[in-house]
Parts: sequence; C-alpha cells; structure tokens
Amino acid sequence: MQEKLFAITDGLINAATHYCPGCHHGIIHRLVAEVIDELGVLDTSILIEPVGCAVLAHNYFNVDTIQAAHGRAPAVATAVKRVHPDAVVFTYQGDGDLAAIGCAEIVHAAMRGEKFTTIFVNNIIYGMTGGQMAPTTLESQVTATSPFGRKTEEAGRPIRVAEMLATLDGAKYIARVAVNTPANVNKAKAAIKEAFTGQIRGDGFTLVEVLSTCPTNWGMSPVKANKFVEESMVPYFPLGIFKDAEGKQ
Amino acid sequence: MTEKILIKGNEAIGEAAIQAGCRYYFGYPITPQSELPEYMARKLPTVGGVFLQAESEIAAINMLYGAASAGARAMTSSSSPGFSLKQEGISYIAAAELPCLLVNVQRGGPGLGTIQPGQADYFQATKGGGHGDYRLLVLAPNSVQELFDLTVEGFDLADKYRIPVLILADGALGQMMEAVSVNIKPSPKVEKPWAITGRRGRKETNVINTLSFDKDTSEQTNRDLQKKYAAISQNEARCEEFFTDNAELVLVAYGITARIAKSAMEKARSQGLKVGLIRPVTLWPFPSPDLLRVAQTAKAFLVSELSAGQMIEDVELAIRCQKPVYFHGRTGGNMPSTDDLYQQILTIMNAGGN
Repeated sequence: MQEKLFAITDGLINAATHYCPGCHHGIIHRLVAEVIDELGVLDTSILIEPVGCAVLAHNYFNVDTIQAAHGRAPAVATAVKRVHPDAVVFTYQGDGDLAAIGCAEIVHAAMRGEKFTTIFVNNIIYGMTGGQMAPTTLESQVTATSPFGRKTEEAGRPIRVAEMLATLDGAKYIARVAVNTPANVNKAKAAIKEAFTGQIRGDGFTLVEVLSTCPTNWGMSPVKANKFVEESMVPYFPLGIFKDAEGKQ
Repeated sequence: MTEKILIKGNEAIGEAAIQAGCRYYFGYPITPQSELPEYMARKLPTVGGVFLQAESEIAAINMLYGAASAGARAMTSSSSPGFSLKQEGISYIAAAELPCLLVNVQRGGPGLGTIQPGQADYFQATKGGGHGDYRLLVLAPNSVQELFDLTVEGFDLADKYRIPVLILADGALGQMMEAVSVNIKPSPKVEKPWAITGRRGRKETNVINTLSFDKDTSEQTNRDLQKKYAAISQNEARCEEFFTDNAELVLVAYGITARIAKSAMEKARSQGLKVGLIRPVTLWPFPSPDLLRVAQTAKAFLVSELSAGQMIEDVELAIRCQKPVYFHGRTGGNMPSTDDLYQQILTIMNAGGN
C-alpha cells in the first residue's frame, strides 16, 4: 500500500482556478482552507468574499459564502457574526477593497473588536480591473493609473494596514506574512492558524496581511514576481507579528 | 383587548419591529428619525437582540445585508440624506433577494435640505435609487397606528416575497404622538433554507451572490426578479378611497399629506362639493387599477405632495392622461394647510374641472 503524501483539503472544492498563473491567491486559499479543516470548524465557517479577483472565492471554498459589495465585507461579517456567534466568520479582501474603498469598515470593525478574522491579500495593485494604482502601490511603481510611477507628492506614500490596525485595542492579533518561499508559506500558515484560533477563543478582531504577487499586472514572470516580493515589498512592508494581545508570546 | 399606548411615531416603528420578532437593528443617527435607533438601543438588549450604531449609513446597510443573509429578521432606518447613502447596499439586497425592513423618515431636500418633513424621496423610493432594475415594496403609512401596523406587516411581506420592504414615512409622522393599539398576532416563523449559517451538515454550500459573468445567466436573474415584481404588482397594490364613487374632483395624496387632503375634502363636502380622495397605501406597487377605474367617473384629479411633483407622474400614467391632473405641493419642510388645498379645490371646480 502506497502512502498518501498529498491530498486536496476538505476546505476546498475541487475546481479549476480562474486565477492567473503565478498568482498567490491559490496558495493563500489553500492555507486558509487547511487551517479551517485542521481546526475542525469547516462545518461552521462562513466566508465573506470581496469585490476583486477573489470575487469568485465561493467556487473554491467549501463553506457558506456571502459576496459583499466593494469594501463592505467587514460590515457584512460584523452582522453575520452577531447573528451566528458560534460560527467562524472570515473576510478575504484585497488592498483596493480593504485599504481604499473599505477603509472605514475595516477600521471600525477592528475598533469594535468584532470577533471575525480578515485575510488581507496585499498585492499592491488593483488586479481584477486591470492593474490600477492601489493605496498600497509602492513609490515610483508604474501602474495603469500611475503611468509615470506613483508620485508621493500627489498620491502619498503607501498605507501600512497591519501597523495601522495594530494601534486599535479591539484588534487582538495582527500579522504580516508572505507566501513567496516555502519557509514563508509555513510561517504564513502558522499566522493564519493563530488568527483563527484567536477568533474561536473569542479574543476580538484578528487579521493576517499576506503579501502577494500579481505577475499579470506587474508585467513579470512568476519567478521574478516572487523575487520582487522579497526585494521591494518586504523592505517597505516588514513581515512579523504586530499584535498578539491574547497569545502566548 | 384594545389596550392603547401613547407613543411617538419613530418609537412606534421600533416597538412594532420588536413585537414582529426583529432582533437586529443597524443604523446611524440622523434627524428626524433618531428616536427610532435610540428606542432600539434601549429595548433590543432587553429581549436578547442586537443594536449596533454603525460608522456610516453605508456600513449600516451592509450590516443589514449580512444579517438578512444570515437568516435574521433585521432592519435599518434613516432620513433622506442618510437614506441616499444606503442606495448601493439596497441594490445589492434587492439583487440577492434578501428579506428585511428599511425605514426612511423623510425630510426636505435636496442636499442637507432641512430637518422638517418632506416627501421628495418618492422617485428614489419607487423608481430605484440604486443601480439596476430592482424594486422595493414601498409602504406609506399616514398615522402612528399605521406606522406600527405596516412595520409589522412589512416584515411578513419581506419574507413572503424575499424583497426589501421600505416604510416611507416623513418627519411629521415620525415626531408626532398618537394613541396606538399595539397588540399583534405573531405570524408563523418562515423557513429560510437559503440562509448563510455555516454548512452544519449540509452537503452543498449556500452562497449569496449577485455577480454573473455570463450574460444569459445575468439576464435570467433579471427575468426572475421581474416575474416576482409582476406578482407583487398583481397582489399587493393597495389604497384607501373616500367618496370616489360620486366625486367630480378626486384628491390624491399619501402619508401626512393625505390627512390634510382628507380635511380639505371634508370641508368641500360640507359645502356640497363632490370631492373624493384616493390615498395610496402602497407606493410601489402603485394602485394604478383603482385610479384608472375612478378616472372613468371623475372629471379631474388634484395631487398634493411635500415635493415639487413626483407621485403626480404615477397618477398621470395610471389614468393614462384621460383627465386633467392638477398639482399643489410644498417643499423645504413646509406643509399645505387645509385651507390651501380647499382653495385649490374651489379654483378647479369653479373652472369646471377642466
């Protein structure tokens, strides 16, 4: 009898992906789904999906899902968790969704200490609409709406979401991770597990920011994009745990 | 038993909602409806419910979207400028076919307008203030008792048709106190197998989704919505009529204005003038068949609203422009007096109703 080394987690539906080659959404989906499965909460989990590339996440996650309007996932999640306090509720949002149009909703959900988890996928660009400038777009980065590079005197410097939200008392676990290397993938999964565990304990608001690639809109090969995360994103968006109010650390 | 309590209009909505089993309220303060969230903040925690003051109207309507998706009886309320902010979320709620109750205690507009009563959100309420082809079932109470009764009924209609129901009130109704009978017969609980609860043993996932990249699927969604709206139009249009069987001039007014119109009608009747009144109780669906029937015997219509003339368009459409339709409206928070309307009646009737 052969040993089974790899299987799709029950947290995911076995479906063909719509994500572009080299995009990190697939890895992040899988990590979240594995965590939900390992924590034994697959049957009570509820996803609030965003507008953006992950708008079809309900095709992949094997959990009840509500598609929110652009940026409003934290407001939707707030109510869902209040109606079903025993459910494990998580939002999955990109940087345009969370850090631009939905900035008020995420800040106030964190302030109130809403007991859900946010997976914040930061790929420093609007992916689905074709590569426009995001609030997280790096200085001098060329995008469809910053054709001469992001100018800080016009657009300011990129917003650091994890650091900002960590200042709020209602936020109990805030980490930034990356999935561009196997070592980082392992650390990312550990952080996601911490965030969900905190929610299940009833600590308060938990969030994991995941630095992600967008090879299509960055105009890079997947390999080069992974390197770009290390060389250009991590120096501005440092990895680490910014808040662990109830944890053991 | 006919126990009555003296209660303010805004609070009557809250009391009705709680008695109807609503346990989730999401809102943001705005005059002249703030007594409603304040009432819910006091009462909901005592019955195991949740009152949540949101960071904005946008957040509040999306919280309602979440609670309704989760299968709860839930509501939000606001007044005109705040209600405009909710339009994005209302379009999504309508598209997702989520039952819930919306309340707009209208004030004068546009812009910040005034905190005094208005009825200038009629277009927004009945024609769709948000994007896309959708409808709300719009109820227009004209007393504190009806604020109470239609709130209770609104939740049931919302569940029956899986549609957001709007109570379109105004600052006068919201602020006035009247004696109200608050005994209701609770309706049976509605099963919601589509609700988002977590799978909890269910094999397939439930998904609340309003997006389709396939144009035929998207068109089918629209067809399904229109089919439902046609059924509601058929079943739920409602109005109250006074002396329409022998009236030469028929007043048409809703909400607080209908009470002034009724007084003007009574004054005219006491002078032997053949005047009647139609008071739409549902603004969408509009009671067009009743108006068309009355147009076969009436000589003319007089519409009065706290606006520059919005419902008048539906009246003209309903009677297919078969008879002259006159208008008398006030804006900016002003109201027509009984005498204003009576003078209008005299002018029209002296001219022979033409």
